[in-house]
Amino acid sequence: MELICPAGTLAAFRDAVDAGADAVYCGFRDETNARNFPGLNLTRDELAEAILYAGSRNVKTFVAINTFMRAGGEALWTVAVDDAAALGANALILADLGLLAYAAERHPEVRRHLSVQAGAANADHIDFVVEAFGVRRVVLPRVLTVAEIAALTRTARCETEVFVFGGLCVMEEGRCSLSSYATGLSPNMNGMCSPASHVRYRREGDETVSGLGDFTINRFSKTEAAGYPTLCKGRFAAGDERGYIFEDPVTLDALSQIDALAAAGVAALKIEGRQRGRAYVSRVVTEMRKALGGGGDGPPLAVERGLLDRLSEGQHTTTGAFEKRWR
Amino acid sequence: MGPTHGPRLVLGPVLFLWEAPVWRDFYFRIADEADVDCVVLGEVVCSKRQHFHDALVDEVAVRLQAGGKAVRLASLALVTNEREVRTTRTLCARKGIEVEAEDLSAHHLLRDRPHAIGPLVNVYNGMAARVLAARGARTICLPPELPLASIEAIVRDAPGIDFEVFAFGRIPLAISARCAHARVKGKTKDTCQFVCRDDPDGLPVDTLDGQHFLALNGVQTMSYTCQSLLADVPALIEAGIGGLRLSPQRCDMVGVAETFRRVAAGRLDPSEGQAELTTLYEGASFSNGFLHGEAGHRLVSATAMADGPD
Repeated sequence: MELICPAGTLAAFRDAVDAGADAVYCGFRDETNARNFPGLNLTRDELAEAILYAGSRNVKTFVAINTFMRAGGEALWTVAVDDAAALGANALILADLGLLAYAAERHPEVRRHLSVQAGAANADHIDFVVEAFGVRRVVLPRVLTVAEIAALTRTARCETEVFVFGGLCVMEEGRCSLSSYATGLSPNMNGMCSPASHVRYRREGDETVSGLGDFTINRFSKTEAAGYPTLCKGRFAAGDERGYIFEDPVTLDALSQIDALAAAGVAALKIEGRQRGRAYVSRVVTEMRKALGGGGDGPPLAVERGLLDRLSEGQHTTTGAFEKRWR
Repeated sequence: MGPTHGPRLVLGPVLFLWEAPVWRDFYFRIADEADVDCVVLGEVVCSKRQHFHDALVDEVAVRLQAGGKAVRLASLALVTNEREVRTTRTLCARKGIEVEAEDLSAHHLLRDRPHAIGPLVNVYNGMAARVLAARGARTICLPPELPLASIEAIVRDAPGIDFEVFAFGRIPLAISARCAHARVKGKTKDTCQFVCRDDPDGLPVDTLDGQHFLALNGVQTMSYTCQSLLADVPALIEAGIGGLRLSPQRCDMVGVAETFRRVAAGRLDPSEGQAELTTLYEGASFSNGFLHGEAGHRLVSATAMADGPD
């Protein structure tokens, strides 16, 4: 299986290549990608440099242009596709139907991968994008069990790629307007989930209160670390329940599922975290490389569990939807 | 039938789990009394709920057609397991009735036959709309988070497609494989015992500071607010919208449709109409922020938009 690693900066990109990634994915510095964070992502020149660095080491570069084109402003997205193709990207990671059609027509020679943001969770959806746009690989949404991934990979007419480590969407990707409901900025339109521009913290007695837009997302006692107010990982009240009603502040860690995913025929494993620092990228990639058995020959090495746990947000991990009991 | 001028009124599928007799009687009343042009039927949110109404769908469809309404059958929004794939294939194989695709698998199964696209399919621009239209989509209900500027640009860029907007009801904001509704009641999706039945208008989610925020509807997360684009109807007509979708809530939907009809036909002032809605859906908080490019929970006055910069 290929190991697909994130890079939010040129330095992180080089680290990911050096640490043993088979491919590194990145995006441009604007709302054309789903990790549109201030100061993050690559300029055209940086992408050119990244592709050269990766290519000379036999590593591929995937460019994520995976938000949905703003009606009337489509050129920002189509030019991003043109530029990524011209610079030699090995694959474009796309979600918008119009942009997929554009890329298939204008750049048929560049591989098209379906972004997780397209939320393709079944064989008929995958058939559609293979037939309509010649998609070669689908990144599966984080709503499927390992058994469902296996069944889907058997019937899919293209390769499948799954997330195994990093941030975890509780909601089906590409179909979540929770952030725009609270702030006006959305993952689909602006590439932003729980945007930092709308985050605020305040002290109230012994408690720290985190908020997003006009809404309180969590309250932390002085013994708790005040985490980032990601909307679906906040504490709320519903019925008689008060707490993490959607999901705890956990990180996906599906290393325990790697053998099952390999047996299922999954083509590639993906690490989330283009917004994370160089240390994260290099340590996670190094550990994942070990888990996958070095360069492909020789047995897998023991993975430092404690290290991966420490690299996880909130110090706790989950196998998420991979196991049915998560539902 | 309603008047021939103004946008069509489309009653969306009931998104909540209503007891079978309540569900049937609701549609019988719609069939007999409501001034709507089209009714969309079917379970969109959770495949586990489908058996509740499956046996009633045909009977209800016949009654609606007898009442002069066009009828569409909606597919599931999130299709992951074998059973859900089979259900979707069976639905899309039906002849003689229009199907509304709530997911792209259904669109694929309906290709080259006329069909509708529901609001949970991502259509953010005219190019995407044209991709769907080239494969048989005739009507597209646009995603609720789209601002008016996008709606206008899409309609301009994709002539020949009939666009609808989500004009009334709690807004579907997200869907998951995990059931938060079951979990807050101490169950899981697999052991849920259909606890979402107890909240036929959604279960409110409040912040720890007691602000109303969201609502749970099984695996779907909705807005706490009820979207109302009533005051924006003139702007939507101007933009070239062909249909207004009214999503059923536990209130007098016949009355809601009547109010929308009168505003859409220019027989009632939008602000008076909004006052009527407040009476018809007692206790609801209304919002239209998405249409105005703001946070979706906000209520923005239509005048503010008309006076704003172009």
